Amino acid sequence: MAGLHKSEFTNPVINWVDSRLPIFTMMQKEYGVFPTPKNFNYFWNFGALAMVNLMIMIVTGIFLAMNYTPHVSMAFDSVERIMRDVNFGWLLRYVHANGASMFFIVTYIHIFRGLYYGSYKAPRELLWIIGVVILLLMMATAFMGYVLPWGQMSYWGATVITNLFSAIPLVGDSIVTWLWGGFSVDNPTLNRFFSLHYLLPFVLVGVVFLHVAALHVTGSNNPLGIEVKGPQDTLPFHPYYTVKDSVGMCVYLLVFAVLVFFAPDFFSAPDNYIPANPLVTPAEIVPEWYFLPFYAILRSVPNKLGGVVMMFGAIAVLFVLPWLDTSPVRSCKFRPIYRQFLFLLVISCIVLGMVGAHRPEGIWVVLGRVCTAYYFLHFLVILPILGKLERPLPLPESISRPVIAGGGGPLPGGAAAKPMEKV
Amino acid sequence: MTATAPGSHGGAHAGQEVTKRDFLKLVAGAGAAVGVGAMAWPVIDSMNPSKDVLALSSIDVDLTPIQAGQAITAVWRGKPVFVRHRTPEEIKAAESVPLSQLIDPQADKARVKPGHDQWLVVVGICTHLGCVPIGNKPSDNRGEFGGWFCPCHGSQYDTSGRVRHGPAPANLAVPPYAFETDTKIKIG
Repeated sequence: MAGLHKSEFTNPVINWVDSRLPIFTMMQKEYGVFPTPKNFNYFWNFGALAMVNLMIMIVTGIFLAMNYTPHVSMAFDSVERIMRDVNFGWLLRYVHANGASMFFIVTYIHIFRGLYYGSYKAPRELLWIIGVVILLLMMATAFMGYVLPWGQMSYWGATVITNLFSAIPLVGDSIVTWLWGGFSVDNPTLNRFFSLHYLLPFVLVGVVFLHVAALHVTGSNNPLGIEVKGPQDTLPFHPYYTVKDSVGMCVYLLVFAVLVFFAPDFFSAPDNYIPANPLVTPAEIVPEWYFLPFYAILRSVPNKLGGVVMMFGAIAVLFVLPWLDTSPVRSCKFRPIYRQFLFLLVISCIVLGMVGAHRPEGIWVVLGRVCTAYYFLHFLVILPILGKLERPLPLPESISRPVIAGGGGPLPGGAAAKPMEKV
Repeated sequence: MTATAPGSHGGAHAGQEVTKRDFLKLVAGAGAAVGVGAMAWPVIDSMNPSKDVLALSSIDVDLTPIQAGQAITAVWRGKPVFVRHRTPEEIKAAESVPLSQLIDPQADKARVKPGHDQWLVVVGICTHLGCVPIGNKPSDNRGEFGGWFCPCHGSQYDTSGRVRHGPAPANLAVPPYAFETDTKIKIG
């Protein structure tokens, strides 16, 4: 018989289990002593926050599904019943609804953190690509979830988004009919969206597992964007970063609580409190805020297929981002020119969000087109060219050096040496 | 393919020889692919319209209560169908547009039944992404061309239901319909 895993745990029960299935060893290796760069700033909290958010969504979602009826004649009423009759139903629903917004806030910050500090660059390309897959899954899941209450926005959002596929030449109409299960958005559509909205979060959990696994192979990036050179550059994940993540989580939960208890409908469109009516499109139809920039890109192109291609292209370009950025320097801290272009990208994304929320008239059409152009210009032209032209600032020798030289920073020099002994 | 069949005499076959076992591997692989495909199709096809959805019916629409300048919305196949009683000015406007000015060129004559110029029957779904354009009520914003205006992405249609402005690529579809009497039509 092959030998058992040699467990180092002294507790006899843990040792017995760990010798046969080394989960305790794995947890200790990946989350306990896992060497983490010691110069993280608070932008490195958002991955953990997204993970927590996913768990919140799954838990509240499972319990909401116990009281929700995915049928066109009862969906809206069953949500109102959750609000009025189910114990704490209002809390579950508001946490789930605002949780989606929080999820996208946290994820968008996570993404721009990656963009700023070059976290997508070698050797973290696959980590980044898995992340883009996660973003796509999140969007699909959020879209289908928003359809479930069967309000006006639910219905018309479903109609518009599924109709995107009709822009595909030749097979477009067949695909749309297949997605609908009929000739318009109706009960078969609602029914299948419920099924898929339940399924996709678990796919998401699987892909997040791969995301974390890939991260733990390459190790985390850090604000300086230089590699860890030795134990003096790192701290064990626990307790140093478990505690730092906890601080971030308190702030996150504070914001979340303010939304849920004081402004539960801040992010939602009032029209979704009107039951779906297939014969009347609301005059002001807008998607959820976290889709607005992409919606604005769709509308900025005066051609149906062109708009759809550009909208999906806005995500597709992220898949190849690691190969579009030709600069060998990761962090924007040392890329003075690129940093300004990146801020322009952030601004254009925010403006696109505002454009998406307004009618396509007057100045909003112009702004939408300019920002759409900049979005693609940034990734396809500026990034590849600038990497070759820009002269980066000198990089520090190591992660450890600036931390200690800067008067201690978050850690006194003495503490910085200790992890070496532990590892 | 260089692997030799294990168990054959001494395993010392010449590298390139195709053995019976290679053929069996190929057939087994192909068989598995066909099996998986045969299982995948029912799963995919189960999402296509079911028999109850396919059991379409046609509907009759009575035209007598619709005044000139007004339109009504009928429901057919879960979709809105606009039935509009056009005024002589609207018919004239629709007929006088040169085809060269249209995004999706189609004469007004081709969109109405002969002898029933005043009745325009179109599927009330914007050909862009499927919203219902507004303009049935005289008080609605009908857009610059006096037909319909889609609030979703700003497409505009004229008094013949033809797209004139915005992202929509095609005219509002004309469903199959026929006049049963002068005041009644059958859609479908």
